[in-house]
Amino acid sequence: MKKSLNERLAILSDAAKYDASCASSGTVKRDSSKSGGLGSTEGSGICHAYAPDGRCISLLKILMTNFCIYDCAYCINRSSSNVERARFSVEEVVWLTLEFYRRNYIEGLFLSSGIIRSSDYTMEEMVRIARELRVTHNFRGYIHLKSIPEASPLLIEEAGLYADRMSINIELPTDTGLNRLAPEKQPANIRRSMGELRLKIEAANDPTLQTKRRKRFVPAGQSTQVIVGADQANDRVILGTSARLYGSYDLRRVYYSAFSPIPDASRNLPLIKPPLMREHRLYQADWLYRFYGFGIEEITESQPDGMLDLKLDPKLAWALANRHRFPVDINTAEREMLLRVPGLGTKAVKGILSARRHRRLRLEDLARLHVSVKKVQSFLVADGWSPHRLIDRSDLRSMFEPKPEQLALL
Amino acid sequence: MRTVMLEGKGDFTEWRNAARALLQARVPPQEIDWRCREDAARDLFGPTPEALSDAEADNVPQSGLTVPQAFLPLAEAAICHSDPARFQLLYRVLFRLQEERALLEIRSDADVAQLHAMEKSVRRDCHKMTAFVRFKEIDGGTLRRQFLAWFEPDHHIVARAAPFFQRRFTDMDWVIATPKGTAAWDGISLTTSTEPADNPMLTDDTDMLWRTYFSNIFNPARLKVKMMQTEMPKKYWKNLPEAELIPGMIASAEASVIAMAERAARDAPLFHERLQAAARTVPEAPRPTAGTLEELREEARTCTRCALHCKATQTVFGEGPADAGTMIVGEQPGDQEDLAGRPFVGPAGKLFDTVAGEVGLDRSRAYVTNAVKHFKYEPRGKRRIHQKPNMGEVQQCKWWLKLELDLIKPKLVVAMGATALAALTDSRQRLSDLRGRMLPFGEGQTLLVTVHPSYLLRIPDAERRAEETARFRSDLAAAADFARKAGIGDVSRGIAAG
Repeated sequence: MKKSLNERLAILSDAAKYDASCASSGTVKRDSSKSGGLGSTEGSGICHAYAPDGRCISLLKILMTNFCIYDCAYCINRSSSNVERARFSVEEVVWLTLEFYRRNYIEGLFLSSGIIRSSDYTMEEMVRIARELRVTHNFRGYIHLKSIPEASPLLIEEAGLYADRMSINIELPTDTGLNRLAPEKQPANIRRSMGELRLKIEAANDPTLQTKRRKRFVPAGQSTQVIVGADQANDRVILGTSARLYGSYDLRRVYYSAFSPIPDASRNLPLIKPPLMREHRLYQADWLYRFYGFGIEEITESQPDGMLDLKLDPKLAWALANRHRFPVDINTAEREMLLRVPGLGTKAVKGILSARRHRRLRLEDLARLHVSVKKVQSFLVADGWSPHRLIDRSDLRSMFEPKPEQLALL
Repeated sequence: MRTVMLEGKGDFTEWRNAARALLQARVPPQEIDWRCREDAARDLFGPTPEALSDAEADNVPQSGLTVPQAFLPLAEAAICHSDPARFQLLYRVLFRLQEERALLEIRSDADVAQLHAMEKSVRRDCHKMTAFVRFKEIDGGTLRRQFLAWFEPDHHIVARAAPFFQRRFTDMDWVIATPKGTAAWDGISLTTSTEPADNPMLTDDTDMLWRTYFSNIFNPARLKVKMMQTEMPKKYWKNLPEAELIPGMIASAEASVIAMAERAARDAPLFHERLQAAARTVPEAPRPTAGTLEELREEARTCTRCALHCKATQTVFGEGPADAGTMIVGEQPGDQEDLAGRPFVGPAGKLFDTVAGEVGLDRSRAYVTNAVKHFKYEPRGKRRIHQKPNMGEVQQCKWWLKLELDLIKPKLVVAMGATALAALTDSRQRLSDLRGRMLPFGEGQTLLVTVHPSYLLRIPDAERRAEETARFRSDLAAAADFARKAGIGDVSRGIAAG
């Protein structure tokens, strides 16, 4: 008997949850006030709900189908898995998206799919969904489409006209890892399609002689995902890969997804608890690289095994390994150095720079800029405050480490 | 002490009019008692307010009072806050701004910090409203579909947030009712009121599908309840159709992870074997004929002779007719070439095309390639910084260059830059010593050495750049001339005929 829409929604959202991305931000501003249709995007995204896994639910994240001819060991939908299979029709996905959107459950659609028949057939069906939404239903919400590996460039080009964001997952940080766990995937082809998409986005952004208006093509850019903990790659390798991806393909985001046990898991994989803290540290390091002027080498060099310190955030770990650069005078230090002080974020630094043009700053002022004084005080000199020898203390690290947990008696 | 009575339901104009009059009269902040009509009605023992009449407020001359631009958006937001102290705080900041014009830039000032905290709280409340309003469909028997929502905001934000819903839900009629007022849209006009409304207690069938989605998108192996509650505080839960599932989801999370572990590793389903068998019988793509340029290109695609392939996107092989009389050799692909998979398409390639076109050297009839076939670079933020290939890499890649030379057998080889020279000749001579001359090469071939066009792009001084470009042009002109005399046919016909 055919499964009901509700049953298939359960299967195909369950199958989609291992993709970490749910962002609905970074696209152009547009709305329906002129078109009289449905939907808007306003720059920053909106999280309409949160699941108890702490993840934001912003988009209707589903697979078109979880049938797949590929057999990637880390994936719940691989062909050798006994997971229950289902498929949505184009009309059903369109209906679900619009009805969910009207009730303000979501910002839009994040559509991915297992590969059925061929890459091109699958991609074509996905493009049809996006086209129906945009053209037939005048939908102006957010659409994130997954590129199917090896799909033809023409299909990708059409998808880019409807989608706000496109992504293709490299899944594992090294080619050897991918070859081992996902024999059908070609890492070189994934990189090539990222490169092609970047060139197309840039070409669409180029001014033409006729008009100042730019063609709208994947305005929220492309992103990818790396699974953490399914293979042996250490954090230095993972972050090096990210740096390469950011530089080469102008990615908006690299998502790190702690490898999480899946039902009916492959025998090749560890069935462990997902390394959530490691994932968190990777995100922190990624931010340091992109917004704080840190190099990947700097972040990882103090760790002999190439793994980030799980107990301390990477900026703090760097500061403790480079104490000769501290303390920093909050009233005179340059922006670049302020950004390197553990506990100061980009907003706080902006506030400091703006305020100190008018008055000299004390530690109390920092508290009003939403800075944790307890954390920064060891690294700063301010009016009326000097850390004395705090920065030279040998037990400085232990002051920041989480308190040891006492074992309980049985 | 003057008492000012305001409605206090998020209307900025009433406060502005009052504040403007008070500021004109130079009334210091500590001498004003700001009150909300609602609170005052509850406070039976309070003083009778001597409110500013509307006429009085409107008659205030507007001259002379200015505020920094940043103040207005902050104040418009803060006025929606439900804290009764907001009027006083805003007036105090306004008063101080008359003397301290840069006050708002000092985020660490106590008043400014508090003002920003209020603005942030209102912004967050608005944001949560755009996130957590849940429309329920009602059957109004009309052509346009009709929806109703109930929401409980902390602050007086209904009028502030309403335009968002108009921009987004334009093709349907909707009403958002809250204890702090109502907003409604009927396709023509957006109306808001500050009258408290009652919870209509509606249900919607689609909520069932949404709950299905909510419970299935949840990953029980990554329980982070605290994170969820910071972003979706419990106070919102009662109006969210999905929230009633949360306790059950948390409670059963651990059990379902354990069940997952126990269910591990069963035999693959039947269709898996069929798929694998089908994949094995798929005929391989036809291989290009042995000994042709196409075969060489295909082989180079998977080259791993040096480590550069690990970081690059792809092999950028040479391009051009297999019987070309001229072969142009550059250093290595750059950022654009690496992405496109074709040589000489980036800025340096474009410069080469321009200059070559000027002297009548037709690129499409020459064979264009690089000494090294993979891009070498260092990632630096959003950029890739080009790095010169080292001798080891050049040596490894010579394998391909030699095969290209053997196949194409060009009469003239143009080496652009020191790397190309080193790859072609093994000689230790300096580029500047060889530049611009026709040198014997290989078996009866000719070599012309010149600079790489990217060198021209890097010269900061415009005059010197023009000078060097002219030299480069005359080198290419010599190549074009040579080709013409040798009857190679690489020269554009139009110019050759002329």
